[in-house]
Amino acid sequence: MQSQLGLDPGQISRARDAARRITGQVQAYIDQHTTTSTERAILRLLDVNGVDADGVPLPNCVVDNIMAGEVAGPAGAAPRNALSRGAAYWLCNAMLRLELSAQEVAEAVGRGRLNLTEVKPVDDGAIHDLAYSLAETAVIKIRSNRQERDERIRRLGDPATPWLYIIVATGNIYEDVVQARAAVKQGADVIAVIRSTAQSLLDYVPYGPTTEGFAGTYATQANFRIMREALDEASEEVGRYVRLTNYASGLCMPEIAAMGALERLDMMLNDSLYGILFRDINMKRTFVDQYFSRLLNAYAGVIINTGEDNYLTTTESYEAAHTVLASQFINEQFALRSGLPVEQMGLGHAFQMDPTIEDGFLYELAQALLAREIFPGAPLKYMPPTRHMTGNIFQGHLLDAMHNLVSVMTDQHIHLVGMLTEAIHTPFLQDRYLSIENFRYIVKNARHLGDEITLRPGGRVQQRAQLVLDRATELLEEVERVGLMQAIEQGLFAGMKRPVDGGKGLDGVIPKGPDYLGPFPHLMLPEPLRQAHADAEASIRVRNGLGAAERGTVR
Amino acid sequence: MKIKPYGDTTGDGKVQVSFTLPLADGPQAVEAARRLALSMGLDNPLVAHHQDMGVGYTFFIIYGSCRHEVDTDDLQASQADFHHLTMDEVTAQARENLGRPVVVVGACTGSDTHTVGLDAIMNRKGFHGHYGLESSPAFVTHNLGSQVPNEVLVARAVEVGADAILVSKVVTQKNIHVTDLTELVDLLEAEGLRDRVVLVCGGPRISHELAVELGYDAGFGPGTVASEVGSFLVQEMIRRRVPGAAVL
Repeated sequence: MQSQLGLDPGQISRARDAARRITGQVQAYIDQHTTTSTERAILRLLDVNGVDADGVPLPNCVVDNIMAGEVAGPAGAAPRNALSRGAAYWLCNAMLRLELSAQEVAEAVGRGRLNLTEVKPVDDGAIHDLAYSLAETAVIKIRSNRQERDERIRRLGDPATPWLYIIVATGNIYEDVVQARAAVKQGADVIAVIRSTAQSLLDYVPYGPTTEGFAGTYATQANFRIMREALDEASEEVGRYVRLTNYASGLCMPEIAAMGALERLDMMLNDSLYGILFRDINMKRTFVDQYFSRLLNAYAGVIINTGEDNYLTTTESYEAAHTVLASQFINEQFALRSGLPVEQMGLGHAFQMDPTIEDGFLYELAQALLAREIFPGAPLKYMPPTRHMTGNIFQGHLLDAMHNLVSVMTDQHIHLVGMLTEAIHTPFLQDRYLSIENFRYIVKNARHLGDEITLRPGGRVQQRAQLVLDRATELLEEVERVGLMQAIEQGLFAGMKRPVDGGKGLDGVIPKGPDYLGPFPHLMLPEPLRQAHADAEASIRVRNGLGAAERGTVR
Repeated sequence: MKIKPYGDTTGDGKVQVSFTLPLADGPQAVEAARRLALSMGLDNPLVAHHQDMGVGYTFFIIYGSCRHEVDTDDLQASQADFHHLTMDEVTAQARENLGRPVVVVGACTGSDTHTVGLDAIMNRKGFHGHYGLESSPAFVTHNLGSQVPNEVLVARAVEVGADAILVSKVVTQKNIHVTDLTELVDLLEAEGLRDRVVLVCGGPRISHELAVELGYDAGFGPGTVASEVGSFLVQEMIRRRVPGAAVL
């Protein structure tokens, strides 16, 4: 598409370069740390699943067990947490020493019969080889899921964009299946199962099929599988591939991303800042978690959906538009560092302008086009009005129509369909029907409107886009000066001040030891990121005064 | 005075309703909808629109004349007892009658993550040109944000010496909002704090009537602006002749 906004490519590069440097500073921290949730995700990929007698997930049992142990440092140094060697090390050591499967080891830990850090160590090389061969099995499974998705899309066909994205949220996975099937019949291209509201703050992933939730349904691996099967069936019936979305966010980002990769989810909500700003999750935890979760999303071919729309639910869109753009740049750069390509970046934004503002529609158009032109290859996610939905369903239906119009004019890819009954109740069947009817009418009726229009140079739309870009560039350069963590501390994003050591989950962040064993980045990252990751791990060894062969000993 | 809904002629009783029936579209479905409208008390129901939604369900839009009327003479509107003043007037009233600011703690409790309503009432910025309580020197506000457990809310209220607690509930499923609201009242009563605070709740499903029934002093529904809540808080404080107030 030809540029409509007349933006200066030099200025876009300036903003992008600032974001690259901002995320580079944080990446150095990420490379040197792991988290409890990252290690639990690794265990899940190495085939640890299920719960103990009290219903505690076995990945939690195993990681808690390791965390309780210590490893001696080099001569004179203080002992460090045993998780700094990586859960894979301890799991594989016990498997080899005791001749058990990964699941059997985890079950023994869950029954309290095995203390992993007390198992006599076997040869490091054998542990390394076992970890890599188990990881390779997971990698093959994820790759085959990806191939299966590609084959189904080839056979059934990929819907035209904007993809119609519909939410189901009954709390009961079986009821969700009924609603999702109806939504697919009505035209949904993407089904998102909204999570139970408090799940983001749980430091474990619930297990098994669930039938109770609050304003949503728990994300569990069994629930993922049930909905995936239902949508595969529905896809065959309607003759188009219907995508499934869930949330890799909160305290269990990496684990849920692992489950999504294993169960062939197609999209996952995954934002590098959202948990920090809107759920008060510790920033260090979030940065390390988002890295591993995106590594998995990237490899699984999952399209991430970022959460910039949230900036506009608490602040007026006219004032906060530049924070959306700045966050999109940051999300883009973090994603690239996880090996996630642009085609999988569903960068988020929203139609939230106060409807009483004169020319508000023009500003929405400017902001949507801005995202489109700055991230040309990205499957943008465009969220509907919620902030100004009052309960007047007739006015709300019009707001939704304007959202639909901007979406088709500016070539948005993932279109969350607004509901006229927003702010009243979770959608009824008829609400969904009317909203989809609205969407289809406008998308069809105005299909090529965007191609037919040339914006007036220096006119209101171009000026607005330029202003938002200017302010976003300023913000990014300011953030670069102070550093991302400090910027968040100062409240530069969404007006939320989050202390660097505050929030939930910091106790789950562990510095990697020089002997850390974590196979997945080495198997999943594309070059040259793979090499950069290996160099980062090598630098931990150098800093600890250890050669590659010299390892800490188990106490 | 007895009144009926108004379409274009006084007393015509015209109403519109829309609903879905679990029937495939057809003459039988239309007749079912018409009968249902009659049972609802709508005379001469006109099925203006019927649309099969593709999965064995049909959507109807119906117009009819409502048989029922309402007598406005014996109505008691469910609303908290206060005079709605502008925020400046609230500030002046507080200055004259209380002599100190009202300390307000607010939160979205339980699993609720939706702070739009709470922020609109409490934060300086307010919503849509209606500045929040924070904008007035009559209030010292502590907005605790979302997903605040009731225990934490009560602890914070004690810590800051709150005169009033505002609770916002937006999301619900299986009436969890009522459970959460009731639990807060129980907790305050157990701690012997209930009578020491003005307790207010708000949200799209909250009415004053419901709030009172649950043990709150006032409830505010959708469309409430900060000056209404502010008016109520200051006037309720004056009514209670709160200790520490300079001029009573």
